[in-house]
Parts: sequence; structure tokens; C-alpha cells
Amino acid sequence: MINRRSFIKNVLNGTIAGSLYLVWPMGGSSLEIPEQIPGIQGKDYDILHQEFAFIVDITQCIGCGSCCVADKREYHVPDGHYRTWVERYVKGFSDEIYVDCPNGGLDGYQHPRTDIDEKTRDTFFVPKLCNMCKEAPCVQVCPVGATFKSPDGFVLVDEKRCVGCAYCIQACPYSVRFINPHTRVVEKCTWCYQRVRKGLLPACVQVCPTGARKFGSMKDETSEVYEILKGPGVLTVLRKEMGTFPALYYKGARREVI
Amino acid sequence: MDSAHSSAVMLVSNFVFPNDLHVHWSMMIVLYPYITGLVDGAFIIAALYYLFDIKSLRPVARFSLLFALAFLCCATLPLLLHLGRPERNLNMLLTPSPSSAMAGFGYIYAVSMGVLTFIVLFVYRPDLVELRATSKGLRHLIYRTLTFDSIDLSPSALELDRKIIRFLVGIGIPIAVVLHGYVGFIFGGVKANPTWSTPLMPVIFLFSACVSGISAIILAYIVIRKFKGRSIDHGCIKTCIKILTLFFIMAFAFEMLEVFSHSYLKSGYHHMVEGLLNGPLAASFWLWQVKICSVIPLLLLGAMGFFHMERYLYNFLAAIVSAILLLQVLIMRWNVVIGGQLMSKSARGYTEFHPEWLGKEGILSVILVMAIPFIILFVLGRIFPLWTPDNETNDHK
Repeated sequence: MINRRSFIKNVLNGTIAGSLYLVWPMGGSSLEIPEQIPGIQGKDYDILHQEFAFIVDITQCIGCGSCCVADKREYHVPDGHYRTWVERYVKGFSDEIYVDCPNGGLDGYQHPRTDIDEKTRDTFFVPKLCNMCKEAPCVQVCPVGATFKSPDGFVLVDEKRCVGCAYCIQACPYSVRFINPHTRVVEKCTWCYQRVRKGLLPACVQVCPTGARKFGSMKDETSEVYEILKGPGVLTVLRKEMGTFPALYYKGARREVI
Repeated sequence: MDSAHSSAVMLVSNFVFPNDLHVHWSMMIVLYPYITGLVDGAFIIAALYYLFDIKSLRPVARFSLLFALAFLCCATLPLLLHLGRPERNLNMLLTPSPSSAMAGFGYIYAVSMGVLTFIVLFVYRPDLVELRATSKGLRHLIYRTLTFDSIDLSPSALELDRKIIRFLVGIGIPIAVVLHGYVGFIFGGVKANPTWSTPLMPVIFLFSACVSGISAIILAYIVIRKFKGRSIDHGCIKTCIKILTLFFIMAFAFEMLEVFSHSYLKSGYHHMVEGLLNGPLAASFWLWQVKICSVIPLLLLGAMGFFHMERYLYNFLAAIVSAILLLQVLIMRWNVVIGGQLMSKSARGYTEFHPEWLGKEGILSVILVMAIPFIILFVLGRIFPLWTPDNETNDHK
């Protein structure tokens, strides 16, 4: 029979022992991060010698909206603003193009459009995100240097420096930027830079069920993006006439895609 | 749409990129070029008198300088109201990014302000020295500060003043041109927006700036003089109207040239620009900016130039034309700044803009921002006399 005093003693001992177990160094990270981008984890990140590419394969996108949901959850993107979105293109036999993007594609395209009178010739989905331009107009126009290009090729925003003038929003030909109503500074897709630095794929790439979004290092000759970019398949970039030289490529994009 | 082929990429489903639904540069960015334009135009009047010796402008020369100064004091207000983080505004000066056109604003603005302030101080120096002698207490201290404690009004000192004024106005002209041409370049340098991206933009902005500034001086001069029951110098108004006519013909010609170039070249996004001007902007561009606020003033200016009129009628028409042209330039700024953003970068649709009443970029803020320069002008008028018997009219010479 245990008395009250020894019961309290045991509980206290257990609590202390349990707490020690939690804080005691265990000789390794308790959080195992899977390696999704080979060659980054466990090595010094040589920021000057990195190159990444993002490929969107339009022929594989099914418009499920998982990427948009993952992005919204990763960054708590405010409603009505989009770091990434998926457009639905419908092409009629008269060559007319009908594009829509309700709620940025967040809900997935579960029903066909019923407001188009003519016979459909082709239909496809186009995911959109930051193009990580090599000649980025947003970087050029930022008056305070808050939008900058990192040595490893990512166009990023220093939210502590941004004044919220929105000049970069005007300058971006792809409309991937917006002013976050809570922080009152500009925000945009970063290709999940914080994940990439840990060897993880961007959130949207990780959740894509069909592999329509592909990301990888161009320094890794075994990576899928390297293989595709090296291969003979036709890749395009958006708004080539803007001279921005995007690092985001599209596979299977029709000429109507803007 | 001429053919099925062209319609394939243009304007069929009114699709706007999700982030393009919101117009990011709203009424405060309409006001910003409007205010700097008023400054530039007013400064041109002063420059024509002090540097180019157009003597008939004497009654409005000093007034123009004070008018320009009052508005220049408020040129940053709309920008501060527009910024998401206005408390970080000094980043523009402290950590400027040399590649950005916008980064130059702080420096260009500061130089303009400095030069204009010194011009005013030198132009007013004889009056300030006299006022210093006749004033007491705080006013005496103010005048002593403004004259830098110098009471030298000897002919050699005044001659030196004259040379300094000519020099300052001389460098003031390129600074004024840079200040406003640069504002035009902020828009003209945005290649992602086909309605803005034209080398003509700084030129259009410059000429329309001169139009608005000169109109403002004419209207303010007539209204203030009428209000005070004083005479209006007819020769001065005539010269102002002639200068205004010249600048307005240039401004209107360039504005139309830009539109016709788009529609004649038919390159790139002309369907979108055409659709914009004939669709969402049909009323504000064709009806208000072109027909009501440009064609009517052109006809009136033509009548004033070609026909002999009684003085009171001429002055009355001068005030009317100036008021319409002030509106024209404001509408033009609206059509460029807000109109340009109505076109989504998807090149497939247009968004809408509905001005709000309250809020820091609302209509009430606009009214407040436009009222403050007049309050400053009133205060400046207490310190620097707008008119003295010496410069009231050309008849006193």
C-alpha cells in the first residue's frame, strides 16, 4: 500500500526524470530530415556554386490544387493573395481561349466549365509561381535593395527592409507579387528557400501527386531537372520577350500560355 | 478582333491574374506626379522671368516661386501615405539601390528643395531686410534668420544677388526637368506594363507638368487678386496664356501621338491597350481627358489668341481655361497611373478600381493632401509678401 507522501515523491521523481530525458543531449538530432535534394545535407552549403531549376510539366498537371494548399499552409498566405496558383485553359475549335482561376485553384478543378458554348478542342492546367529571373526586374526596381538575388540564384525579399512601395509589383511581368495586408510589405514565392537549404524540396513540389512540378540542382547530373534540361525535349519560358531569363521552365506549354 | 488567330491570345475570357485584381498604385500615386508637376510648371514661370527676362511675367514671378515651394513641401506626403511601411521611408536615402529609378527620388527631391529655397531667399532678400528693420520679437528673429543676419543692400550686394539668382534658376531648370521627367520615367521604365512602357512617357509628363503649373499660377493669381479686390495685370495674363498655349499644344500632341502610335504600329499588346481605352477608360480618357478637357481648352485658347477681346472677358476665359486644364492634367495622371493598372498582365482582362472615401489613400486624404499646400502658401504669404507695390503690376515699373 503506497502512502500519500511516497506517491507525491514518485510523481515528482518521474517528472524530473522525464524532463531530463527531454533536454538531455542524445548525441544526434532527434528530428531526422529526409534528404530530398541530394548533396546538401551534411555538407557545407557553398552558396557561390549552386544552381537550381524548376520545371513545370503542363502535360502532367491535373489541376488538383494540392500545390496551392501546401503553399498556403506553409506560409499562411492571406486569403485573396497567391504565391502560387493554377490556371485552367480551355481551347475551343474556333481557337478561342478561355482561362479561369477561381480562388487561385486552391479548391482544385473538380467540375468542368459549363459556360462555354463551343466544342472543346483542348484543355490543360498551368501552374504559376515565381520565375526566379536571372535578369529580375523586381530586383532592378526595388529602391531600397529589399528584393535581392542571392548568390545561389533565388530572388528573395528582406521583409525587414521592404518599405511596401509596390514598385516591384508593377515591374514583375508575371504578377507573382502582392502586399501582405498583415506585414504591409511585399511577399512572393521563394521556391521554399528555407526548405531547399535543408535539402528539402519546395512544398508544392513535394505534394504534387503527378510530378508536374519538378525541382532540383543543376550541379547534380542525376537530377530529373538536369536530365530534362540536358535532353532534346522542348522547354519554354514565360514572357520571353521581357528579357528576364527565367529559371522556371515549362514543358508542354502551348503558345497561348502567358 | 480581326481574325480567329488574333483572338486566340487576346481578350476573350476576361481573365485577370489573381494578384492583379487589386490596384496597388491608387490615388496617392496619382497625386504625386500631379503635385511635382504643379511645382515644375510654376517654376518655369519664375525661370522665364528671372533667367529669360520675359518682363511681363513680373507680377507672378515671385508668387510662382512661393507657390512652387508650398507644393514642393508636400510632394512627399502622398508617397508617405502610400507606403506600406512609411516609418521606413528613410531607407530610400540610407540604403538606396543604385539600379532603381525610384531610389533617386530622395536625392533629386532634396536638391530641388534646397535650390528652390535659396532662390526664394535671394529673390526676397531686399524685402526681408526691410521687414526685419520694421518688425519686432519673433518676426524679427524669423527675418534675421532668413536674411542670414545680413542687411547689406548696397548696389554691389544686390548685383551679386542678381547673379546668384540667375545661377540658381539656371541650375534649377535642369533640376526641375529631371524631377518631373524622372517621375515620368518611373512609369516609362516599367516594361511589364505596355501602357506605361514608352520613352514618350517622361516627355508627356514634362509637358503636362508645365501645363498644370502654369494653369495653376494663372488661376491662383486671378482668384487671389479678385478676392482681394486688387487689379489684374492684363499683360501678364496674356503672356502666361501664350506660354500655356504653347505647352498645352505640345502636351496634347504627345499624348495623342502615344495613343496613335500604339494603334498604328499594332504591335504586341495593342489590342489590350485599345480595349482599355475604349472599354474601362472610355469615359475618363476619350470623354473627359480628350473631348471635354483638351478640345474645349484648345478652342478657347485659339479664340483668345486670334480674336480681340475685352480685358474682363479675356481674364475670365483665362481662369476658365486654366481650371479645365488643371482638371485635364489630373485626369491624365489618373488615366496613366490607375488606368494602366486596370489591364492585367495576363493580357486577357481588366480589373476595376473603386476609390474609397476613408483610409489613408481615400478621397478624404486626397482632399487633405491637396489642401495642405494652400495652407503652407498662406503661411509663406505672411512671411514673404506675395505682392508689394513694386511688383504688383507691370505699370509700376
